[in-house]
Amino acid sequence: MPYGEFFKYLAVMALVTYLIRMIPYVAFRRKITNKFISSFLYYIPYAVLGAMTFPAIFFSTASLIPAVCGCIVALILAWFEKGLLTVAVCASAAAFVFGLIF
Amino acid sequence: MNDMKKGLRDGIPICLGYFSVAFAFGIFCVNSGLTPLQATLISLTNVTSAGQLAAVPIMTHAGSLIELALAQLVINMRYALMSISISQKLDSTMTTPHRLIISFVNTDEVFAVASGRGSEEGSVGRRYMYGLIITPVIGWTMGTLVGAVAGNILPAAMSDALGIAIYGMFIAIIIPVAKKNLVVMKVILTAVLLSCLFAFVPGLNKVSSGFVIIICAVVSASIFAAIAPVEN
Repeated sequence: MPYGEFFKYLAVMALVTYLIRMIPYVAFRRKITNKFISSFLYYIPYAVLGAMTFPAIFFSTASLIPAVCGCIVALILAWFEKGLLTVAVCASAAAFVFGLIF
Repeated sequence: MNDMKKGLRDGIPICLGYFSVAFAFGIFCVNSGLTPLQATLISLTNVTSAGQLAAVPIMTHAGSLIELALAQLVINMRYALMSISISQKLDSTMTTPHRLIISFVNTDEVFAVASGRGSEEGSVGRRYMYGLIITPVIGWTMGTLVGAVAGNILPAAMSDALGIAIYGMFIAIIIPVAKKNLVVMKVILTAVLLSCLFAFVPGLNKVSSGFVIIICAVVSASIFAAIAPVEN
């Protein structure tokens, strides 16, 4: 697409995305003492990642079975507290291998 | 090992995951009618998968700037929650100028890893954060460029399999904590259940992905913050 148009879109999306991230990051300085709010903020990352992972992981490869196999491998390795890279690579490898079979 | 090195070490899996996802994004951009340079600039200035994926059709179909801004606001609103959450774990080395820079790369994965570190160590400092964010930005940007320029070289079976990498990483972040903390396990299961409802129930599956993540996360975290608040 023409660069003149493109840069208008780029500026808008980059600015909106940055402001959403930056304002709370800079503005919140004091420790939140309210028990509900601090508990909410403690739980939020796990809830976000859970909701982002399931069911999306099952549709992350070309077909369902390799994705399910990759997911099971990831769950088992994560249960035994393997590192992020190990889990990610093994899940991909499992999806690749089962993708060739199915 | 100093904090910068620890950050770098923790950032590398994110970088690799990003490279593969960005690679797919690069292909998508070129197929949608953007140049490789345009695709790369989008990734460099936004560093967000879902938001960028939604933006490209709006751009190439000459959508309005308001529509683009609103889409980004809704899809990326979760980052505001994450920024508030992580702000509670930052130490005194995180002065305003550093917050202005580091917040630029407050992605889902960077947030998740930084939160994990904050829970383990009590707080997170700027050296760790700079180490953590640098390779993911490079991986995200370079992955987009390589995908846009040479996307069709990689065999399909391989690029398909890479799609799962980022989710594998998410699982590696949440499961070890859930194993030790039953409430966290329940928080995750509740969010997953809600997310599945939004994915499969007719009507509910029309809600955009950005909203779904916000709703599932806020509802689940609120329930357990009310009935099982964290001690201390």
